[in-house]
Amino acid sequence: MDFNDTPEEAEFRAEARSFLEKHLEPKGAQPLRQRVSGEEFMKRAKQWQAEKAKAGYAKITWPKEMGGRGGTPMQQVIWGQEESKFDSPGGPFTIGLGMCIPTVIAFGSDEHKKRYVQKALMGEEIWCQLFSEPSAGSDVAGLKTRAVKDGDEWVINGQKVWTSGAHYSDYGILLVRTDPKAAKHKGLTMFIVNMKQQGVEARPIHQASGGREFNEVYFTDVRIPDSDRLGEVGQGWKVAIVTLMNERLAVGGSPGPDWAEIMNYAKDAGTISDAAFRDNLADWYVAAQGYKLTKLRTQTALSKGQTPGPENSIGKIITANQLQDICNSAIEMQDHYGLMTGDEMPADGLFQQSFMWAPGLRIAGGTDEILKNIIAERVLGLPQDVRVDKDVPFDEMKSG
Amino acid sequence: MNFDFSDDQKFLGNEARKFLDGECTTQQVREVLNDDDKSHHEGVWQKVKEMGWLGTAIPEEHGGLGLGALELCVLAEEMGRALAPVPFASTVYFFAEGMMIAGSDAQKGAVLPGVASGDVIGCYAASEGPGNPDPAKLSVSFDGSKVSGTKIPVTDGDIATHAIVLAKEGSGASLVLVDLNGDGVSRKPVKTLEPTRSHAEITFDGAAGERLGDAGSGAELHDAIMNRAAILLAFEQLGGATRCLEMATDYAKERYAFGRPIGGNQAIKHKLADMYVKNEVARSNCYYGAWALSTDATELPEAAAAARLASSEAYWYASKENIQTHGGMGFTWEVDCHLFYRRAKLLAVQAGAPKIWKEKLVRALELKNAA
Repeated sequence: MDFNDTPEEAEFRAEARSFLEKHLEPKGAQPLRQRVSGEEFMKRAKQWQAEKAKAGYAKITWPKEMGGRGGTPMQQVIWGQEESKFDSPGGPFTIGLGMCIPTVIAFGSDEHKKRYVQKALMGEEIWCQLFSEPSAGSDVAGLKTRAVKDGDEWVINGQKVWTSGAHYSDYGILLVRTDPKAAKHKGLTMFIVNMKQQGVEARPIHQASGGREFNEVYFTDVRIPDSDRLGEVGQGWKVAIVTLMNERLAVGGSPGPDWAEIMNYAKDAGTISDAAFRDNLADWYVAAQGYKLTKLRTQTALSKGQTPGPENSIGKIITANQLQDICNSAIEMQDHYGLMTGDEMPADGLFQQSFMWAPGLRIAGGTDEILKNIIAERVLGLPQDVRVDKDVPFDEMKSG
Repeated sequence: MNFDFSDDQKFLGNEARKFLDGECTTQQVREVLNDDDKSHHEGVWQKVKEMGWLGTAIPEEHGGLGLGALELCVLAEEMGRALAPVPFASTVYFFAEGMMIAGSDAQKGAVLPGVASGDVIGCYAASEGPGNPDPAKLSVSFDGSKVSGTKIPVTDGDIATHAIVLAKEGSGASLVLVDLNGDGVSRKPVKTLEPTRSHAEITFDGAAGERLGDAGSGAELHDAIMNRAAILLAFEQLGGATRCLEMATDYAKERYAFGRPIGGNQAIKHKLADMYVKNEVARSNCYYGAWALSTDATELPEAAAAARLASSEAYWYASKENIQTHGGMGFTWEVDCHLFYRRAKLLAVQAGAPKIWKEKLVRALELKNAA
């Protein structure tokens, strides 16, 4: 047992770090995103993505002919660890390169791959993922956006929701209903959609946290050529599963203040000797450490060239709930004063800010409940939930 | 990055599981449970001796196998999984590991070969009544050659041949090695929640004792021994918690109510998913503890505390919710659930209850933070 890189891993890490040092600033108090205008941020993000791609760091595990490095999953992990130490403006490309483009590669034609992959890799085009709808969240296969065939084209009408980056995206992968007479999973089809065309309208959602990071997207008589279909008609669910499998690899990272931050705050505030606080602190440390070390077990499997087990599925259940608890505890520690928000509050107001963000984190990318279902069904092998609508034609299903 | 046991260590674990699955089923555990006169299972104990497990981490010069702490961790998980009704933890994690930390070469030479061969059964005598023993307020005392006072309860105290005793000496505390078959030692069994591991009250009346380490070093040595034992106990707890999850999952798939398996209901699915999350948190913290133990890392105090806390919580949750998942059947003597519920409680309090370890953990984090 040791925590050291193999000589090859150490060499790759050193290479990655020197490349990062050349192009980026180390993480500071205020990230680039907050220091410059949105337009300027996007310009810099695209420049950085192009540099990364040219040097073969944009998609480390992809084959070289695809624009990757032909590297190992462990190298991808090492790159991620090193990049996270820098103020990297990589955000706008995460969904495209993590979820959409892998789906295009798996199900698209040679023309699609030639047309889209390189441009996405270079940061020239940004992608979004259009699955969730107002009436289809956890049960996303219940979506209603319709596609009707008209000659060599499909005509799309409907609404998507919670789409990250829709307002600045060039393309999206779009899951729609092509056959309302079929059972819900069987009447879906996946398309590539040009987000800049007539009839596509992205509107920011005003979130409970007050921010506007996500969008709802309306489709009104949008035309998509049949050649931009991914997979067979009616096979959209199968395609979506591939996308969502990639989501689980792409999502992660530290979401906000952790045990160390609240411990520092309690020390400054003189409340660290409170017995109940100390008990909570121990619990947070143990769970956070448990998740951090579980990731190291996963990396060990990758480093040995093995497929990691399902243990990483515990991640968001732990981190999202812990974030909410820690913020709540910090605010109550501040008593009435803790109600106030803003940069001048202790810890730059992060406890208050994340308090309002945490409820969303417990829902995004799979609710606590859906994640527990996944562990129960796929890891422990327990029976699936009752699905009363499973074989019912979609247009006869109850909804509300 | 190699945060896993080696193939050899995993092989050892697999062999241990195969052996215990055959020779140490809950049938053997129940033979001890159902017989008040049985302190342990002699048949299993003889086999454990023959396998050489008692000397796993004892150096070859003292008659052991000279393997490391990692091998011991692997075995501990299997012993915990099997609810082994033998004085293994007392003899190996507390007594032998304690001797290796605190004993002089001569003292080690006098008892460790006996541990490795199985002639010595060790125990660790610290508790004197309700509450975690405070080395500054002990009633059992040592005058440099003789021990006096009462320890209660002492796990395996009725069958042990030797004890390490935490005793007051002058204004401080010391650790003392006592031959329990000598004069001035009387012991009587006490009843506990976990009859598959025996417990005793030991009264010393001027019993001959030999100090381990310096006079007054008892508190510090006690702490070091608890840190190491905590990690090994955490592996036993992990083994038990893992088995509880397996039992509950199997039952939830087989047991029908309202026309389908109860495991199809989210109330059960989410309970078992929570169990899985706690068990994985425990496993990862245990592995880190194993690493700290095997390298004697400076992170040992927080690693030990985190492993102990994570495993205590995992085993508590898994053992109680395993009963709950089994419903009425789970509350019968015949179904094995209560065996794990009992063992979980023993292991959670044996080296200090979670409350104590939470405080130890936060203190370790504060020290680290200040450094």
